[in-house]
Amino acid sequence: MTHTRADYPLAETQPGAVTGKHGKALPEITLDAVLAGDVTMEDLRITPQALQAQADVARDVGRPTLALNFERGAELVEVPQDFIMQVYELLRPGRAKSKEELLEAAATMRDTYQAERIARFIEEAAETYAARGLFTFRF
Amino acid sequence: MTPKLNRWKRFADWDERPLRLDKFAAEDPANGFSAFSSPADPKPGIGIKGGRVVSLDGVLEHDYDMIDRFIARHHIDPEVAPEAMALDSATVARWLVDMNVPRETLVRLAHGMTPAKLAEVVAQLNALEIAFAYSKMRARKTPGNQAHVTNAKDDPLQLAADAATAVAFGFDEIETTMRVSRNAWSNAVACAVGGAVGRWGTLFQCSSEEAEELRIAMAGFTSYAETVSVYGTEKSFTDGDDTPWSKAFLAAAYASRGVKMRCTSGAGSELLMGFHEAKSLLYLEARCLCLQRGMGVQGTQNGGIDGAPLTATIPGGVRELMAENLIAVWLDLECASGNDARSTESEIRVGAKILPYLIAGSDLICSGMGSILKYDNSFNPSLINGEELEDYLVLQRDFEADGGLTPLPESRAIELRERAVEAIAAVFEELGLSTPTEDMKTSVVYASGSDDTRSLMPRDVSFISEAIKERGITVIDVVKALANRGFREEAENLLNVVKLRLSGDYLQTSAMIRNGRIVSAVNDPNDYLGPGSGYRVSEERRLQLNDIRDVLDQKEVLRSEALHEKDEARHIRYRNLGPAANGSAKDDVVIGISPAFGLKLYRTTAGHRLSEVLGAMLDAIRARGLKARVVRFRHTADTSFLGLSAARLAGSGIGIGIQAKGTAVIHQRDRQPHNNLELFSNAPITRLEHYRALGANAAAYALGEMPEPIVVPQRGEAMGSRYHARVALIYAIETGLIEAGAAPEEVDITLTGAKS
Repeated sequence: MTHTRADYPLAETQPGAVTGKHGKALPEITLDAVLAGDVTMEDLRITPQALQAQADVARDVGRPTLALNFERGAELVEVPQDFIMQVYELLRPGRAKSKEELLEAAATMRDTYQAERIARFIEEAAETYAARGLFTFRF
Repeated sequence: MTPKLNRWKRFADWDERPLRLDKFAAEDPANGFSAFSSPADPKPGIGIKGGRVVSLDGVLEHDYDMIDRFIARHHIDPEVAPEAMALDSATVARWLVDMNVPRETLVRLAHGMTPAKLAEVVAQLNALEIAFAYSKMRARKTPGNQAHVTNAKDDPLQLAADAATAVAFGFDEIETTMRVSRNAWSNAVACAVGGAVGRWGTLFQCSSEEAEELRIAMAGFTSYAETVSVYGTEKSFTDGDDTPWSKAFLAAAYASRGVKMRCTSGAGSELLMGFHEAKSLLYLEARCLCLQRGMGVQGTQNGGIDGAPLTATIPGGVRELMAENLIAVWLDLECASGNDARSTESEIRVGAKILPYLIAGSDLICSGMGSILKYDNSFNPSLINGEELEDYLVLQRDFEADGGLTPLPESRAIELRERAVEAIAAVFEELGLSTPTEDMKTSVVYASGSDDTRSLMPRDVSFISEAIKERGITVIDVVKALANRGFREEAENLLNVVKLRLSGDYLQTSAMIRNGRIVSAVNDPNDYLGPGSGYRVSEERRLQLNDIRDVLDQKEVLRSEALHEKDEARHIRYRNLGPAANGSAKDDVVIGISPAFGLKLYRTTAGHRLSEVLGAMLDAIRARGLKARVVRFRHTADTSFLGLSAARLAGSGIGIGIQAKGTAVIHQRDRQPHNNLELFSNAPITRLEHYRALGANAAAYALGEMPEPIVVPQRGEAMGSRYHARVALIYAIETGLIEAGAAPEEVDITLTGAKS
């Protein structure tokens, strides 16, 4: 289902449909539930579905690049924090010593996490870094 | 002999002004010192083949640097570009200030424009036009503001108290950083807790190293990030240890964690880093902004930022800062419009810099106003800090402009600070992190800044911070600790902010939280189309903005006068003897007093008892062997007419007129009104000896002498705005007692000689 600006803000128009990773919806995440130990950090994490809905809204109001970022974000939701930080580090200047290192990261994103857009993004970086001589050694 | 000097002394005076601490740089495009255009700036241009950007601002695809590549692939909309680039820049500039051309038309065109084109268009606008275009083009209708909450000790108690205060002033975002980087976790917890006191919805950031910042966000303590810096040249970008792709990846990572994010860029950074390529500040910044839109971030913090002080040294630099903000909103980005780094020592330049943003509105007018004192601002002093925060509140009131803040009563501030300090202390105790003493807490509640506190020091904080990090404490632990210790409302407030990230609503452009609701460019778009449209201060909001401290009205003036009534009654008695007679004796001098003199008003604006003032004048007249009478006039309260009427009643032809506020005049019977002999108009600085001398001079005139007129030395202070409201209110009390045609009354004065 494609969302439009009429659905925004989702937390106000459809709170029951906004859920965390374990399916707990907004109205269920109460202070009492927290105190009872029924809410974990995982219940407070955004889902790919919510990000896709926000991407739909962004596109509907004429912000296609913002929508694409939300879609890339949606692909990263399930990617572990450590791997995200590892890839970020690799994308910084001079960290990767060759194009292959970045291509390998892209492949992992694609194969392990089905992060197709992210994979292409990293590949584009690899190609640019090669063209601009960014695989140089930094002291 | 007056010696000849080698300079005009005025320059020596000017040397003492704070302005002279500012230094100014010469325009020097070759070395990067040019605001709007440099010979090295490319001419706008684009080549598109098969839906692909094959040349950009004169650079062919195979020569693109990484910034060109990113802009060509991710920013430029190839369908719009041919149309947008073909437009005459002057025409587009006019559209930006034409209220009949809708914002969305211009936003669509911007998506097809290259950096050189965007810069060329906005360079055509003067400062006024830029401010107007900014108000029309900014994305969200309702303006907001952001605060810095830091302190020199990284003291969590003070951070919590100051965060609570900032929230109460109405800041939509608060941002902290630390003096000692390992204290990041403690600062984050302290501000998160303090920010939950009083109301919920203020977004919070802990500015630290990017990976660390993301981890803190993951633990739920923060809700936004703006440390994602981008640069306008390839070399400065790599020198900043990133690339457009690494930053864009980070943008997606923040989105994936439900954390609001904006980029940071601003004029002067490439110049500071030494990689400006001889390009103008505006052109480099236009590149940064195109990059940011291409990366898909919702917004930007720009308008100089760390480079603002440097930019302000360059001719046109301050106008350039406005121009880059305009490009940001024209590209449809949220704009936290700088005004953070203090770019000048001159208070006049500070006021001038903030004004366009205040009246045009901005998503976040300051990307960090120091809600704390200058020395506690760990980002370095902001344009406006805790010291000047009330000046800002008054500016809002003066211009009936919503600068995003609301005056805060002192009693409420104390209440919130106490609550915040208790809350963070409770959390620390509950989690076994620290046990702040009562003395620590009290010293923080009443402290203006960290110099006044006896609280936690950076080393103590490091233990707390590292424990939070190592034990993996999350926002859930903090919410529980608050609730367990009776801070249920704060626990709810904190939980509500974390829940925001589930829907991702606040990831949309220009999102903030007002009264528990998301307000963004999606559901509160700027709809400015001329007078009466766009954001307007509502009557309710106007009353809030007006509610600053120390506001006088007539009731307040009468109340403070009434405090002196009893005291004056001990010193003087006025007895009405009926209609005043025309004096005929040559030694008769008349002092004419005003309608409220001694009846409703008891002190001059300088604070002298009216009994003392009258006594001094009477003594001086009598000392010359003359007789002095006091007559009250009720047909006028005007000093000049009081004096003239008194002179006409006086046998000597000389009269003194005096109002209760202390303004006095010596008049002579045959002179035209206002063409008096001497005037004491500077009541606020007139001292008793001046009134005594006035009496002596009146006597001298009555004796036919020509005395030296009394000069009350003044430097304009009596005309200061500190007196005007009070003077007008007092005068209204006088004129309120006027009766047309009321006859003058002879008044018998008894001075009791009571000791004060």
